[in-house]
Amino acid sequence: MALAIALVIAVITVISVYVFWAHVWWLPVDVSTHGASIDHQFMMTLIMTGIVFVLAQLGLAYFVWKYRDRGDRRPAKYSHGNNALEITWTTAAFIVFVGLNLLGYRSWASMRFTPAAADALRVEVWGEQFQFYFRYPGPDGQFGPTHVNLMNDATGNALGLDRDNDPASKDDIVTATLAIPVNREVELILHSKDVGHSFYVRELRVHQDLVPGMAIPIHFTASEDALNYNGGRYEIVCTQLCGLGHYKMRAFLQVMTQEDFDKWLKQQAEEQQ
Amino acid sequence: MEAHAVATHAHAAPTGFIRKYIFSLDHKVIGKQYYFLALFSVVVGILLSVLMRWHLVWPDARIPLLDKLSPTGAPGGIMTPEYYLSLLTMHGTLMVFFVLTTAPQSGFGNFLLPIQIGAEDMAFPRLNMLSFWVTFAGLVVLLSSFFVGDGPPLSGWTAYTPLSAVGSVAGPGEGTGQTLWVISIALFCVGSLLGALNFITTTLDLRTRGLTLMRLPLTCWAWFITAVLALLSFAVLFAAGVLLLLDRVGGTSFFVPAGLVVSDQRIAHSGGSPLLWQHLFWFFGHPEVYIAILPGMGITSHVLSTFSRKPIFGYRAMVYAMMAIGFLGFMVWGHHMFVSGMSPYVGFAFSVFTMAIGVPSAIKTFNWLGTLWGGKLRLNTAMLFAIGFVSLFVSGGLSGLFLAQPPVDTNLHATYFVVGHFHLVMGVAAIFGMFAGTFFWFPKMFGRMMNETLGKIHFWITFVGVYCIFMPMHFLGLEGNIRRYSRFTDVNFLVPLIPLHKFMTIAAFVTAGAQFIFLFNLFWSMFKGEKATENPWEATSLEWTVPSPPPFDNFAGRHPVVYRGPYEFSVPGAPKDYVMQDAPEPVAAH
Amino acid sequence: MGSTTLTPPKTKPPRGTRLGKPGRSGDGFGWGDGHGFSGGPGGGWSVPARAYRTGMWLALGAIVMLFAAFTSALVVRRGISNDWVPTALPRILYLNTVILAASSLTLELGRRALTADLATQFSRWLYATAGLGIAFVAGQLTAWHQLAARGVYLATNPSSSFFYLLTAAHGVHLLGGIAALAYLCWRVAGFNSSRRTAVDVTAIYWHFMTGLWVYILVLLTARF
Repeated sequence: MALAIALVIAVITVISVYVFWAHVWWLPVDVSTHGASIDHQFMMTLIMTGIVFVLAQLGLAYFVWKYRDRGDRRPAKYSHGNNALEITWTTAAFIVFVGLNLLGYRSWASMRFTPAAADALRVEVWGEQFQFYFRYPGPDGQFGPTHVNLMNDATGNALGLDRDNDPASKDDIVTATLAIPVNREVELILHSKDVGHSFYVRELRVHQDLVPGMAIPIHFTASEDALNYNGGRYEIVCTQLCGLGHYKMRAFLQVMTQEDFDKWLKQQAEEQQ
Repeated sequence: MEAHAVATHAHAAPTGFIRKYIFSLDHKVIGKQYYFLALFSVVVGILLSVLMRWHLVWPDARIPLLDKLSPTGAPGGIMTPEYYLSLLTMHGTLMVFFVLTTAPQSGFGNFLLPIQIGAEDMAFPRLNMLSFWVTFAGLVVLLSSFFVGDGPPLSGWTAYTPLSAVGSVAGPGEGTGQTLWVISIALFCVGSLLGALNFITTTLDLRTRGLTLMRLPLTCWAWFITAVLALLSFAVLFAAGVLLLLDRVGGTSFFVPAGLVVSDQRIAHSGGSPLLWQHLFWFFGHPEVYIAILPGMGITSHVLSTFSRKPIFGYRAMVYAMMAIGFLGFMVWGHHMFVSGMSPYVGFAFSVFTMAIGVPSAIKTFNWLGTLWGGKLRLNTAMLFAIGFVSLFVSGGLSGLFLAQPPVDTNLHATYFVVGHFHLVMGVAAIFGMFAGTFFWFPKMFGRMMNETLGKIHFWITFVGVYCIFMPMHFLGLEGNIRRYSRFTDVNFLVPLIPLHKFMTIAAFVTAGAQFIFLFNLFWSMFKGEKATENPWEATSLEWTVPSPPPFDNFAGRHPVVYRGPYEFSVPGAPKDYVMQDAPEPVAAH
Repeated sequence: MGSTTLTPPKTKPPRGTRLGKPGRSGDGFGWGDGHGFSGGPGGGWSVPARAYRTGMWLALGAIVMLFAAFTSALVVRRGISNDWVPTALPRILYLNTVILAASSLTLELGRRALTADLATQFSRWLYATAGLGIAFVAGQLTAWHQLAARGVYLATNPSSSFFYLLTAAHGVHLLGGIAALAYLCWRVAGFNSSRRTAVDVTAIYWHFMTGLWVYILVLLTARF
């Protein structure tokens, strides 16, 4: 029994470590400029937890085997513990855990603590059950106001724009695909019309909830690599339970050169006139 | 002296069936009632998870009998996406509240706390009975949602607003089903608050002579600290539930912002905050996960020490670690909300506390290993489950360190990585604690022994099975496999992951099937098991000084006196390898 | 830990008395020093009076958390959006406040009478307290009626939502207190200066309800 449990724990440990080690399943490619620091922090965490995992599991397995009751007269050690040991591993755990967290500070700060550059491309993301819409401000750089009473999917005015009366809305471009230029900072402003949704592009290492009643900005830059994978096309998925169609709420992100992007935007504008 | 002691406890054992088994004031009966309530809930909960796993990988399969349960949820036996989400909500709610919060704390705690502290009953037996029946009512209300309106709600056990607040326009089950859910949770809160009050008072004021706090079994410490967490957190969940109910039926706008358009319908509410719900919910929700796991830690410590035939390693460190977990548990709720739109500065502060809470968890693990070290291990079923608990707690706990860091959480949030993490650490580990507790205390509860052979078969399948189900979830999470999707066919990057999901589903079938071995063992042993002696495990705490099962007033009028801590095993010079807590003779005199 | 040597059971001094009333000191119950040893021959078991106080303080702890949650909801709700219209509170609330404060006073006078074993006076003050409590509830209902007559309902605006919510939550808890007072009135003959735990525990609750009401009133009227 003792050997069996020791072996089973050891085998589980080895298999788990192997699957991580061999990248059988692994993080998707990173096509953002900030993703490397996230992945680095992930790796640091993986190495640290991996070491603790192996030591703890194998230690458990070894102790169970080694100290099994063999039916001999050896008594168990009569020990109530060891304060020096307690202090040592408490301190060590504190330094490792909190230290690891502080290492990640810069990665988080670079993503979240600074606003987007003034010349970033600004795009609004709108979520509703169960699709995304994206709005570009057009040549005037202004997003027109949205009117709740005009919001109607049936009439094709999902965002409730009043193009006739609001000058800023006139040139706004509403699309179902999010196209962005490569190597340029993009600022997304996230809105939801109805319930909570989330905007997640795993290759971009971007993940942010869309919260009704809030306009939440996030910013990122797609790196040169973004053009090289899958034709620059990535899936945007909803990760916040939003209702029965949650599983199919997705859109596409298309990364293109600035040139192609300008062309694409112009074409979209023409289609909407 | 006795002039100040009011309201003497009913001494005579009730004789009628109803007073004895239904509306009983006896903590032992109430403990069993809670245990069986949780057992029923866990059977339903596991059944729901099997149906969910089935649908996930074969979304168009006909599931036998499912159309009988819900003709609209599964027309022709093929589950609809919304019914999947209903089952998901019910699975989470049942498991978190009616299993993980109920069995380890209210079940084992009620049965054992008074005996372990040398009391005849809980401090307030009537409140105790009331808390059970309020909880029972909560369960009935929750399950009734299967049979009314559009079925159970689909907003998950976290019931994020506004999905859960705006009514049936947001989806099937968001009408009556969601209202019943809120009422059920409110009832559960009341039951838990009453129970917590009782546990704390009992621990503080009813300990027998000589039983100082630092001589309490670690189980009692765990129940005590858990009760403190429950007292402080369930009151907040109750408040949140009241506000949500008012938003749903009273037309208020606490959680629903202005200008919502759901399915082209304008929502009349204005000005509320969805994040307010999340804050209130997780202020409860994070302590709740410790409410689920702390009693398991107590049980594991108790069982490991007993069957290692060794004093627990670092008793005080164990107590302080549990206190630290309880304290820090109230300062980490924001780690559920790193991507929710909460201020990133606040998010980082939450993450520091979250990493810090890993420290007491690590202390506990080291001390468990320290307890095994140099022991003389008796590897019976209870011990195997306690060892399994440690292994699972380590695995699930470590994956929490990823999610605790905002940058790393960015890619793992709301993926199966999270599902794997909390299932291992608060779900399966806690359930292993319950299994350990069941095998360990069954002789005391029912006066008979459980079958060890069946117990070990059940352990092996379950231990390997849960790793096969929940470890791969971490791999899926790396790939960005989103949770709460009812099928993986509609997103390109999810499709290649389906084979791994199939493996997990098959593992889930096998593991769920193995639970019948446990159920059979439980009920068969209740009637046919070998008769248990007073102290079959040669353990030291007070429950092993009374007959199995204990008489109505536990100590038959005797007042135990405690002379030492609860884990005096293998004391050098002692005649046996254990010294009972109430044994007065000097140990070293021989 | 530390149990290697055998120590006799420690007898700690009893915990400090609460609410400073006679009959509380020296009842022999300490932490872990044997609650049930009072029975004498026959060894009857009873719950020490201290437990009822502990239970009450814990209940108050839960109530504090409940209202803390409501308070944080109010602060957030008022802070985040621009639809907050202050509700002018009916004047009768101030009268109600005086009534409730008076009821706390009469209850204290009653407890003083009980200490002196003045049974008639005790029961009079007790009835007075219960009466004032009922008057307070009636006054709160009047306040609701006045608001409703002005067309201010639960869902009219966020401040009225919180007004009804907090007054109702407080009222429900206060009704519990009135039920306890009714119980005391019913069993009034059974209390004296040394048998009084139920009275003292109810008093803790009742004074807390008075304090809670003042807090709620400040919360609803304060401009911040």
